[in-house]
Amino acid sequence: MTQGLQSIAFEQSPYVVSSASVVGKKEGEGPLGKMFDMVETENLFGEDTWEAAESTMQKEACLLAMGKAHIDKEDVRFLFGGDLLRQGIATSLGVEQFGIPMFGLFGACSTSGEALALASMSVAAGYGDYMLAVTSSHFGSAEKEFRFPLSYANQRPLSAQWTVTGSGAFLVGKKRSHVRITGITVGKIVDFGLKDSQNMGACMAPAAADTIERNLKDFGREPDDYSRIITGDLGYVGQSILFDLMRGKEIDIKKNHIDCGMMIFDQNKQDTHAGGSGCGCAASVLSSYVLPKLERGEWKRVLFVPTGALMSTVSFNEGASVPGIAHGIVLEHC
Amino acid sequence: MDYINAFWVGGLICALAQILLDRTKLMPGRVMVLLVCTGAVLGALHIYQPIQDYAGAGASVPLAGFGNLLWKGVKEAVDKEGFIGIFLGGFKASAVGISAALVFGYLASLICEPKMKK
Amino acid sequence: MRLAGADSNTESLEGEGRVDRKKQQEAYENYVKRKTPVHNLPANMTKAFITGGIICVIGQSILNYCEKMGLDKDISGGWTSMILILLSVILTALNVYPRIAKWGGAGALVPITGFANSVAAPAIEFQKEGQVMGIGCKIFTIAGPVILYGVFTSWVLGFLYWIGKIAGLL
Repeated sequence: MTQGLQSIAFEQSPYVVSSASVVGKKEGEGPLGKMFDMVETENLFGEDTWEAAESTMQKEACLLAMGKAHIDKEDVRFLFGGDLLRQGIATSLGVEQFGIPMFGLFGACSTSGEALALASMSVAAGYGDYMLAVTSSHFGSAEKEFRFPLSYANQRPLSAQWTVTGSGAFLVGKKRSHVRITGITVGKIVDFGLKDSQNMGACMAPAAADTIERNLKDFGREPDDYSRIITGDLGYVGQSILFDLMRGKEIDIKKNHIDCGMMIFDQNKQDTHAGGSGCGCAASVLSSYVLPKLERGEWKRVLFVPTGALMSTVSFNEGASVPGIAHGIVLEHC
Repeated sequence: MDYINAFWVGGLICALAQILLDRTKLMPGRVMVLLVCTGAVLGALHIYQPIQDYAGAGASVPLAGFGNLLWKGVKEAVDKEGFIGIFLGGFKASAVGISAALVFGYLASLICEPKMKK
Repeated sequence: MRLAGADSNTESLEGEGRVDRKKQQEAYENYVKRKTPVHNLPANMTKAFITGGIICVIGQSILNYCEKMGLDKDISGGWTSMILILLSVILTALNVYPRIAKWGGAGALVPITGFANSVAAPAIEFQKEGQVMGIGCKIFTIAGPVILYGVFTSWVLGFLYWIGKIAGLL
């Protein structure tokens, strides 16, 4: 089952039984707008605070995912979830009502990969028939915590990214479907010493390069063995750096690489500079765009690599650099 | 005439600050601090007041003018009250600005809710 | 181009390893600087010039009106600050001031209107955390440094001035 240095190849691959994506207004107006399961134009989602809105998104995404698979919350053995906020509060308050035993995670924007990896490992090891993996991000709550209050008047640099208001929930289990998770590559923290919190793509690209290279080596594959290599939110700047880093490793992924952050917004019309970011970015794009293509067989095998920037507001003020992490999930049509 | 002077001097200070924002890693908060402190120091060196006499609001409205205001307040207080004036003058001169910002800002919070950026 | 790959991360951090890691980090930082697009500086400077200039002209018109009304210079200045701050807070509350800053950059940050926005914005945002712990604690989250270092600088200058006077130099 263990594969290479950092990977696992599942002997009995778990299935992605169902998934759901819930997003906010701006995402609904983007290029993938029509593909999301739920688009809420009221960014408060009927709540009083951005944090509560984010919790509601997670709750809705889980309900939709379970609904699509026609199972109840009692059928789900464990839930793996996380978000960007301090102490993972959006997740805790979001999934609390389901009463599913849960593991709270932090992987910054790579949380969807971390949750899917743990959920699939648990199913493959026989610890349960169904596991939920869920994550979210919200522009309002993230800006408030990491950057500035929303009405603060500032100019964003061109390398800045737009935190996606969105959530993705994935039901991983033994029930047959058309998509399996056949392997995972667990990422390690990679820090090239960058201290620019307004250039997340550059901070995370080294981690993405490291995990992609590790995945290819562990599984003995070439980039062409994947229909697509999909990073979470490197954005325009990060993608360019990723290509250079990979070329330095003599690996060319230019032909089949796409990035969720680049796909979720229209850079020109929506003024999102370097692209979308946040846990909800990779998760919602995976659910709404990538999985349907795998289900239809349009893509046979993809490597999903959400990336995270592991900084805190304190670490940044104290002059620490911004390390990155990226997890690789191998998804196959079956 | 004084409108033209206010326009180009105020605009120039802003244009120079834009270089800091775009070409250095300085965040807006740091740029504001730099401006206030620079204004205070230039005020103490008798450089800022002549600029303000020439440009009027073009020099008093930018935050550097706020710094100059702080300096003038301290100087007058020291002239009048001696040592204790060092502690008295700064806040006294900036009282209108700080009170207004606090009071209006707070009232705004009573009336409005936070709104998402588009 | 050949960039240091993943191996550098597993280098030991003692002695030579630490020097290599630092050099690699500097190399990466310079590389990222080259690759990252930046705003067009002349264009942004021009927009800042225009925005700041207009705000100052508005200030000047208030100043002129006050002086026409016979108010003394300092009080006129006070009225000008107060009215500009009020305008800025209103525009912040209407979500218009952030749009002005998006276009005008420093032209919106530098005038006292930028200071007002930096007080009003946290007040509006943190109301959800309560009057005392939210607004009360966090209203100066952005503008605090301006007040602290402004007052401190004027204090230092005042102290030097006072010394100068005592010593008969000034």
